[in-house]
Amino acid sequence: MWSLSKITNSIHSWLNQTFNPVVATILEMVIVGSLVIGLFAMLGLILVLMERKVSAWMQIRLGPNRVGPKGSFQTVADTLKLMVKEGLTPKGSDKFLFNLAPFIAMIVAMLLMAPIAFAKDFQIWDLNIGVLYIAAVSSISVISILMAGWASNNKYSLLGAMRSGAQIVSYELSAGLSIISIVVLSGSLSVSDIIYSQADGWWIFKGHIPALIAFVIFIVAVTAETNRAPFDLAEAESELTAGFHTEYSGMKFALFFLAEYVNVFIVCAIGATLFLGGWMPLHIGNWEGFNRIMDYIPSSLWFFGKTFFLIFVIMWFRWSFPRLRIDQLLNLEWKYLLPISMINLLLVTLMAIMGWHF
Amino acid sequence: MYRETQILEESPLKEAADGFLIINVGPQHPATHGVLHLVITLNGETIIKVEPHLGFIHRSIEKMCESLSYRQFIYVTSRMDYLSAHINNHACALCVEQGLQVEIPDRAKVIRVLMDELTRIASHELWWGAMAMDLGAFTPFFHAFRERETINDIMEETCGARLTMNYMVPGGVMADIHPNFQKRVKDFIQLYKTKVHEYDEMVTGNVIFQSRMKNVGYLSAEDAISYGCTGPVARGSGVICDIRRLYPYEVYDKLEFEEITEPGGDAFARYMVRIREMNQSIRIIEQLIDNIPEGEFQAKTKAVLKLPRGEFYSRVETARGELGVYIVSEGATTPYRIKFRSPGFSNLSALDHMVRGGKIGDLIAAMGTLDLVIPDIDR
Repeated sequence: MWSLSKITNSIHSWLNQTFNPVVATILEMVIVGSLVIGLFAMLGLILVLMERKVSAWMQIRLGPNRVGPKGSFQTVADTLKLMVKEGLTPKGSDKFLFNLAPFIAMIVAMLLMAPIAFAKDFQIWDLNIGVLYIAAVSSISVISILMAGWASNNKYSLLGAMRSGAQIVSYELSAGLSIISIVVLSGSLSVSDIIYSQADGWWIFKGHIPALIAFVIFIVAVTAETNRAPFDLAEAESELTAGFHTEYSGMKFALFFLAEYVNVFIVCAIGATLFLGGWMPLHIGNWEGFNRIMDYIPSSLWFFGKTFFLIFVIMWFRWSFPRLRIDQLLNLEWKYLLPISMINLLLVTLMAIMGWHF
Repeated sequence: MYRETQILEESPLKEAADGFLIINVGPQHPATHGVLHLVITLNGETIIKVEPHLGFIHRSIEKMCESLSYRQFIYVTSRMDYLSAHINNHACALCVEQGLQVEIPDRAKVIRVLMDELTRIASHELWWGAMAMDLGAFTPFFHAFRERETINDIMEETCGARLTMNYMVPGGVMADIHPNFQKRVKDFIQLYKTKVHEYDEMVTGNVIFQSRMKNVGYLSAEDAISYGCTGPVARGSGVICDIRRLYPYEVYDKLEFEEITEPGGDAFARYMVRIREMNQSIRIIEQLIDNIPEGEFQAKTKAVLKLPRGEFYSRVETARGELGVYIVSEGATTPYRIKFRSPGFSNLSALDHMVRGGKIGDLIAAMGTLDLVIPDIDR
């Protein structure tokens, strides 16, 4: 199988031969850090454009089509506009928290990049509790929203932040439980182990109906966690104008915006990793020929293909569903999703113990 | 400045001390579709009170009309409820004709009804899109505009304008219909019938949409009557109030159509009334489009109109409810006093009653089903 590990290994050995180990490690960190920032910016540009094109396609219109070929540089122009705009800090706001909040949102999104395997042997940090790390770090993002809502000294922002707090804390539970069901099946918390456990078939196929239920619950919960419609109550444009980021402008707003899209990418990447096999090609049992052919497709294409498919599904939600009300939102989580995912987890555990999965 | 006035003594400022949150929704707010200003008092997310503040788009149209001749003042009324401009003009023309004692030709009558019903569909289409947008679904807005644009094109061909049409004049209509009119209206009916199922699939049947609309913004029939609600708002509470049926004008008494009422009284009932009303409007248009009588499109009237001394009142059913035009004449070429009874104003007054105890999302849903057009309320 074609792999990026040869390139990374050669860079690693060259750095270690040329410099002493400490300098080499620092240099590697710098390279990885700049790659992450580059990926971050690219994802923002691509996903915003994708959102606009998908929405345009669903709404019988053309979408951006003036800047660059087929409007592909539209988001670059938007970013430039946001950069030169004044970042206002409203009078009466808590200036320190107000300016800190967007950076926390960004940092959380960046930290979540670490354990994701983008291709075969292409992972920043393969820590042995990768899934736990993801669940733990992603729940910090609520702090940035609460901080922004509180520090803005705006009633709309405050309401949006309170909604978001209730929402993210609730939906974290069912997202976590559906992640755990895959951990139970694969028997490991490490992201790469989970991917290798799907070499003979993805968990969504191998795990029978319980894995499918877990997948659906996961998608619903992460849509809520990333504050996307139909769960975009924290922003709720027609109710709270812009919710928690009502008072933000310029680049500070852009950071929130960027963090939202990168978060969407990350949760979809996690979904693809856990349920759809990450970079693992589609393998079916003992079909040697078929499996061999699938291996010729590069693993990075598999990963990004699955991730962007899930992103498309989440965008599809956004452009077709109305928004839920806050009490209905919490009812859905506490009365339906949480009990279902708990029972589902029991089923998965039973299945794993009895070895009923493929 | 405000602290010294009497008005605010018993309103928001005092309640703020009780720990309630007071929020200004509007005059610039995405859900108010214009410059409506609502001062809402909240306990957490629960609404304690809603107080509409009006006047941001008041242009004193009634006063302006007093200095305009009976031919001129009709044009101003297109700017009141701009989504049913034809029907506003129609009400004014009816009132002037009543004073002049003119009988208008049959052709003009039928054209007027056709235009009214096309306007009603266009207005309901826009409301439908905006309603879905209020609830957070953006896509239906564009689907609604696809059909609405077709109506606008028809209007543009015959009346020369797309939004603020001035087509009805005392004595009939300003010009004859465009030769393409009948064909294009039939094309529109065809388009509408092939697309209308999308409305149900996309919005009406949606689980989230139904849960947002059902049992929200309840208005009983008694309350609807006592607040003076008319149109789809009152019919959504089961009140029979269609002017086209109760006090038929033009050719409505010869047409077959149902008066739509829903007993529910909640936001979903009001929603269903409008959706079903569009089908009835299509039915009316289908009955008339092939039967436009030949003849004059305008009755002969004098160049300068003078209404006899007295009071005249006419009413029509606009897309939002009952529009009444009251003219007091002193026998001059301009009216002495004009009063419009606009449907939006009375419908808005029921908002506070509907949403008390609901959530902020309920306020937006209930307000959406009132189908408010702010220039109609403020005039």
